[in-house]
Amino acid sequence: MSKVTATESNPSSAIAGRFGAYGGRYVPETLMAALEELESAYAAAQADPAFTSELAHLLHHYVGRPTPLYHAARLTEFLGGAKIYLKREDLLHTGAHKINNCIGQGLLARRMGKRRIIAETGAGQHGVATATVCALFGMECVIYMGEEDMRRQELNVYRMRLLGAEVRGVRSGSATLKDAINEAMRDWVTNVRTTYYLLGSVLGAHPYPTMVRDFHRVIGIEARQQILEAEGRLPSAIIACVGGGSNAIGAFFEFIPDKSVRLIGVEAGGRGTNLGEHAARFQCGSPGVLQGTYSYVLQDDAGQVSLTHSVSAGLDYASVGPEHAALHDSGRAEYVSASDAEALRATVTLARMEGILPALESAHAVAEAMRLAPKLQRSDILLVNISGRGDKDMGILARELKLQGA
Amino acid sequence: MSIQFRHKPGMVVYLTIGDPDISTSKQIALAAIDAGADVLELGVPFSDPLADGPVIQRASERALLHGTRLTEVLALARELRTERPQAGLVIFSYLNPILRLGLEKFCALAQEAGVDGVLVTDLIVEEAEEYRAAMRRHKLQPIFLAAPTSPDARLEQIAKASEGFVYAISRTGITGTQQQVADGAQQLVERIRRYTKLPIALGFGISSAAHVAAVGAFADAAVIGSAIVAIIEKSTPAEAPMAVAAFLSELGVVPVATGETLAILS
Ligand SMILES: Cc1ncc(COP(=O)(O)O)c(C=O)c1O
Repeated sequence: MSKVTATESNPSSAIAGRFGAYGGRYVPETLMAALEELESAYAAAQADPAFTSELAHLLHHYVGRPTPLYHAARLTEFLGGAKIYLKREDLLHTGAHKINNCIGQGLLARRMGKRRIIAETGAGQHGVATATVCALFGMECVIYMGEEDMRRQELNVYRMRLLGAEVRGVRSGSATLKDAINEAMRDWVTNVRTTYYLLGSVLGAHPYPTMVRDFHRVIGIEARQQILEAEGRLPSAIIACVGGGSNAIGAFFEFIPDKSVRLIGVEAGGRGTNLGEHAARFQCGSPGVLQGTYSYVLQDDAGQVSLTHSVSAGLDYASVGPEHAALHDSGRAEYVSASDAEALRATVTLARMEGILPALESAHAVAEAMRLAPKLQRSDILLVNISGRGDKDMGILARELKLQGA
Repeated sequence: MSIQFRHKPGMVVYLTIGDPDISTSKQIALAAIDAGADVLELGVPFSDPLADGPVIQRASERALLHGTRLTEVLALARELRTERPQAGLVIFSYLNPILRLGLEKFCALAQEAGVDGVLVTDLIVEEAEEYRAAMRRHKLQPIFLAAPTSPDARLEQIAKASEGFVYAISRTGITGTQQQVADGAQQLVERIRRYTKLPIALGFGISSAAHVAAVGAFADAAVIGSAIVAIIEKSTPAEAPMAVAAFLSELGVVPVATGETLAILS
């Protein structure tokens, strides 16, 4: 399906929504007019100083940007290798990076005159951030969420409802993120004339992967400046977890031209290596089309999409953003996985060493840092993106870590 | 081997192949052809049917429970071609199973099986260059969907890229039945007509003789999908072929005299 081939100098330039061979628009015809409308509205907004300055204002005063880049001294000491810095997206309003994108798209939807917002959510962080922005702008909000995810991220379901959103449970498939996206797309196809689909990661048809990445670029822009201020040099590597890939691409993007900086994405290794036990798309998947975009997909030999598993709902998805697929194939970024057990261990370690409780998603990035740091020199710097905080995971953590009882 | 509409309006019947099983699908397909279906859309079940409503979602799940594959759908097409040479046969699929088999291999197998055309739900004209080239090499007719939301410029591209017929979607939304044929449907068909002499089939939500009659007033063919899949869901495998045939024969399509068949392309 290749259309445009990536060039050496710019492996991830989005030409007509393509990242190398990946990306594109694989949707029912009914959605095409809406995608074209969105693409041109987004281009107009980007060129409008009123839009960009309102976005900047809200990111600062409402969302809480910039987030600190924190030197994790005790963790560094404990691991005995590379110096570790944490980019604190967990400190943002609503508790995860997701709000960066929601504020941006919310402003865009308002500009476009759309009053009804729909979204999917996995961990519930994107749902909470969307419900928050809808409350802020006085918009109607419907969130689709797999019933399995509603169970394991129950606190976020209550938060969304409190904020005035309607949460619609989805029972099909494994009742997780992929199934929620299917249902959100069905809603969008049906109500396309009145409804704005606020997609929560760098997934789906063009322009979503580019637009969502742009709204998260601020993570890397800040981090690059902050590390240069703190250390006077760039890090050896940046580590981020990869569900759809929005926090990772946001952290990576500014550093893509800096060839000395390794970009490391961490997928969910789950509880085993068989299909269905993990969400390691780059290790076990192959190129295919799912939910609007051409990228790596976990699938069987007949092209049916596999079920996935991860202790973290936000990483539990069968495909991955197309720009990551291009970065993978070009070798510019590396993709590894961390298991459920490693993520749980990393959660405890970061909590006890630094007093920071990461989301289970982010804990996958911490787990990779824990493996990598001891192998590096003390002169090396690791920059780990803490995409969110772990409050939402207390139910799972209480069970898995046996925190209950007197 | 060609797509020809021998009824007024022409009758296109969608089946999810493998629901409840392949051999019952074959009996249902034969019964549908004998009851007047001009074209059969052989639906390939997919794990993530995001353009489909609950009825076809459930059918896909049932078909996938016993692992129905694209290659089996093609094998069924070959048998149908042998037993009913006159029937129009269209493979109806999401893109991913086709990509996984390989575009070239899929087209070769489809041609060999005697398939006439292919309709891919999530493939728009702009992304279809390689696909159309492969279809041409294998003498298969690509059929594209046109939506009420498609602006005229898109309708023109869709009409020009399509062969056999153009599939007009009666309303925004997913597959599934509804009370009456949507208001904008006639307007959409008229807009498409400006760009093509191909027959235009209207689908999504057509489930009764009244709907078919309404469609017949402005379109060349009616696509019956969820209504039939729902009948299959409610029937035992043994009853299903008869039940489908009985339903189709009540829809009131009229045979056109020979020599008068609408638009033929092969
Ligand atoms: C805290 C957190 N991190 C990461 C993710 C994964 O998404 P992405 O890969 O798009 O950053 C989620 C998704 O829900 C999340 O809540």
